[in-house]
Amino acid sequence: MSTLAALAPPALIKVTAPSLAYYALSPILIVLAAALVGVLAEAFVPRENRYVAQMVITLGGLGAALVAVAIIHDTSLVTAADALSIDGFTLFLQGTILVLSMLSVLLIGERSVDTGSAVVASAAVVAGSRADRSLITSERVQTEIFPLTLFAVSGMLIFPASNNLLLMFVALEVLSLPLYLMAGLARRRRLLSQEAALKYFLLGAFASAFFLYGLALLYGYSGTVDLGGIVTAAPERSDVLLYLGFGLLVVGLLFKAGIAPFHSWTPDVYQGSPTPVTAFMASCTKIAAFGALARVLYVGFYAAQWNWRPVIWGVAIASMVVGAVFGLTQTDVKRILAYSSIAHAGFILVGLVALTRDGLSSVMFYLLAYGFTTIASFGLLTLIRDADGEATHLSQWSGLARKSPFVATVMTILLLGLAGIPLTSGFTSKFVVFRAAYDTAGPLVVIALISSAVAAFFYLRIVVMMFFAEPPSNGPTIAVPSALTTVAITIGTAVTVVLGVVPQPLLDLAAKAATLRG
Amino acid sequence: MHNVALLGLILVPLVGSLAVFALPEARAELAKQIALAASLATFVYAVVLAGAFDNGGRRFQFEGSWVWIKSFGVHFALGVDGIALVLILMATLLVPAVVLASWNSIDTVSGGEARDQPVRSARMFFALVLLLEVFMIAVFAATDVFLFYVVFEAMLVPMYFIIGLFGGPRRQYAAMKFFLYSLFGGLLMLASVIGLYVTSPAHSFAFSDLVGSLPDNASQKWLFLGFFIAFAIKAPLVPFHTWLPDAGAEAPIGGAVLLVGVLDKVGTFGFLRYCLPLFPDASRYFAPWILVLSVIGVLYAAFLAMGQRDMKRLVAYTSVAHFGFIGLGIFAFTNQGGTGAVLYMVNHGLSTGALFLVVGFLIVRGKSRLVGDYGGTSKVTPRLGGVFLLAGLSSLALPGMSTFISEFLVLLGTFTRHKGLAIVATTGIILAALYVLLLYQRTMQGTVIDRVRGFADLDARELLAVGPLIALIIFLGVYPKPLSDMITPAVQATMSDVGKTDPAPPYAQPVNGGRK
Repeated sequence: MSTLAALAPPALIKVTAPSLAYYALSPILIVLAAALVGVLAEAFVPRENRYVAQMVITLGGLGAALVAVAIIHDTSLVTAADALSIDGFTLFLQGTILVLSMLSVLLIGERSVDTGSAVVASAAVVAGSRADRSLITSERVQTEIFPLTLFAVSGMLIFPASNNLLLMFVALEVLSLPLYLMAGLARRRRLLSQEAALKYFLLGAFASAFFLYGLALLYGYSGTVDLGGIVTAAPERSDVLLYLGFGLLVVGLLFKAGIAPFHSWTPDVYQGSPTPVTAFMASCTKIAAFGALARVLYVGFYAAQWNWRPVIWGVAIASMVVGAVFGLTQTDVKRILAYSSIAHAGFILVGLVALTRDGLSSVMFYLLAYGFTTIASFGLLTLIRDADGEATHLSQWSGLARKSPFVATVMTILLLGLAGIPLTSGFTSKFVVFRAAYDTAGPLVVIALISSAVAAFFYLRIVVMMFFAEPPSNGPTIAVPSALTTVAITIGTAVTVVLGVVPQPLLDLAAKAATLRG
Repeated sequence: MHNVALLGLILVPLVGSLAVFALPEARAELAKQIALAASLATFVYAVVLAGAFDNGGRRFQFEGSWVWIKSFGVHFALGVDGIALVLILMATLLVPAVVLASWNSIDTVSGGEARDQPVRSARMFFALVLLLEVFMIAVFAATDVFLFYVVFEAMLVPMYFIIGLFGGPRRQYAAMKFFLYSLFGGLLMLASVIGLYVTSPAHSFAFSDLVGSLPDNASQKWLFLGFFIAFAIKAPLVPFHTWLPDAGAEAPIGGAVLLVGVLDKVGTFGFLRYCLPLFPDASRYFAPWILVLSVIGVLYAAFLAMGQRDMKRLVAYTSVAHFGFIGLGIFAFTNQGGTGAVLYMVNHGLSTGALFLVVGFLIVRGKSRLVGDYGGTSKVTPRLGGVFLLAGLSSLALPGMSTFISEFLVLLGTFTRHKGLAIVATTGIILAALYVLLLYQRTMQGTVIDRVRGFADLDARELLAVGPLIALIIFLGVYPKPLSDMITPAVQATMSDVGKTDPAPPYAQPVNGGRK
């Protein structure tokens, strides 16, 4: 009997359902609901109506979530058993991610640039087979990408809000899995796209494993997965477990943010993915990943800052130098933009190590400004095409200004923005970040300035190609986009210029929103 | 403080530039007319402002300040002292001259080989020149360090396109080199601008708040170096000069005039306006090195100029030598040297502008930049030869030309403090005579070679472009008072910021301890 009693299940731990502040979670819930509706629409709406239905559902869902963010903009609370922090920081990033994902959806939904759309009609066909070749000219549009985008966005909304490492891991997976798929959906250059998807998936899975391992070690150290409790939980224990766990955790986050030395996937994935998806990844994923990183560093490990600061300094320097130097050798515009994003990630880290409220708000400003410029530049990239699809090799861009002065001028504005020339958002964001970091990380600022000077070279090389070189005889053509891409590029470019000339309102907003709770 | 006088001065060329941009490609003639009208209107406006400037009044006049980015404490603040005003006058005078000189040549010839002549948009060129003028005025008129930095960097963009779109055969390389050098300097300056804001107790970007607010310590020296290197690249001072010969040679003539005549002055202006008053102790600390660099620049560039076969490169090198003199005048910390340096900036703009324009006229006719492709030209084109000679003589600082006064003042101001350096620098005058007269002799004198036989002499438009510059050089050479009156108070204010008074002349020292 006694043995039986020992085998009996232990008394169940009484689980009380945590109270949920539904209104504070409404942006996340709306996007998730829209994603589910999208899946249903995929099953029930007749094929010829699906595209319109999905566009309406996706943009409507994202728009409604944005409205919800605007309504609850003053909220500051921790909900769901302290797992989610809905504070100024979260809401600012959620709003930014929603706006940028709407612009990305506009790019994804573009149908007049390529036959059908930039997305392959049937991704599972063997690349290079006859069926695959016929897909290129197929008018069929594949619409599963819209619910996938919505699922990814919902993960991105949770990621910077999560105040609990387990939830953060779940969000990481929710945002990553759809992206792995989306990376493999390019209509042209199928093999490259599939390679990108596989590479992204394998390396991403590694990164997730690192994150999870770090999480486990931290749990072992502190007995909690709540960000706020990890460092203070067990002061008497050896710190080795804490540092190991922190290191592994951060590797996972640095990977998602595309920061050197965990950047090697970036150029290949950016190049192989359908360009609208690249735009989405380069802007929204980066914002979400930096949001989570900031929360881990500021909320979770603030007390241990003297231990992790040199590490973040190191990766910031590595990222800036790798992005700027390796970018010089690239000849493909998409890869150049990928290396540029690695360098920019380094600049953003410079703001993050300031460890002040100014630093946090400067990072928020930078993420928003960079996101808009990036989406517009990738959007513009989709318009320059030859018979094989997008003409992304640098040599194909020569003399572009002769063909379309307007497209070349817009691209120049965006590139000057990425280079950080005054009167563009790129300059303002660099300025706020460097100003915030100057006191605590002066040498880092100088390295950042020197790498921006180096990086300017490859942006200028594109400008030189477009304006000062002779157009080749069989150069690419410039596709006339529908209103969707036009709107996305126009908004991105306008924000790039406006934030360079009158940044004050957004600076105020970021300064006001730069509060972390948890 | 909402005086809109300077804002208006910026808006005139801006409106002109936008109007020219908005024109269709086919209306090139109208574009030129609008550009000329806008640049002349700007010049007249600037002259009226100069007339209203009170030489004995406040240091900064026509001050207007508007909040721009509140959370950085940045103001859109404009105001001019005498130094800034004369440079604005010089810049606004050069722009119409450039517009006139480029009237027909910009879409056909850039001084390169005939094969490298793509169709060029005249409208684009004139719009860019006017846009550049906007930034040129703003950079001298800014009294907020942040605004100055923004304009300092933004003015690279139109010049980059002027060189890259309208330049000679190696324009891509030259434009890129120009941009990257300047951007690199600019980013170092940005580090210092941020550092200035963070370390100064005023936490402000306003020039008036920052003057004298920095303690004398290592950080002042670092901040000084950030500004100094940016300006030294821009000026350019000798180890930082290698971009100028390429940019000067490949830029279209109009672009080269503005590049060397005005843009490079931003560097020397920056020394006077920002390096000296903001970092007085660091300026004094580094001055000996800078003076030595300046003298090396005078001699080294002069020798290089003598060896050039490309006329535009030659003129570019003469400018490097002249910037050595300006650096000497500024870092000698005397009123004479400072006044001389500012006069030098203006005169150099006029004389090198004139020399570049004349060289450009020659290149339009001969389709070659090489000295060896010309000979005996003045016998075929006497007016061109005469103007060439006058421009050349002003460049070598012949007495009677305004350049003589400034060079003399600079050497005098340097001599009172650093005799050895002044003596070595004086040999630069002889070298200047050599490179200018050799150039003149090889291209203009001697037997007339076949190539130049069919050359047309200067027409009315070309004379109108270069004539006023030459006339002004001679006028200011005889009567520099209006200019020096305007400059002197501002230079004195700068020197008192840096805490230096002129060394007493020897005759003021009491003989025998004052006893007979």
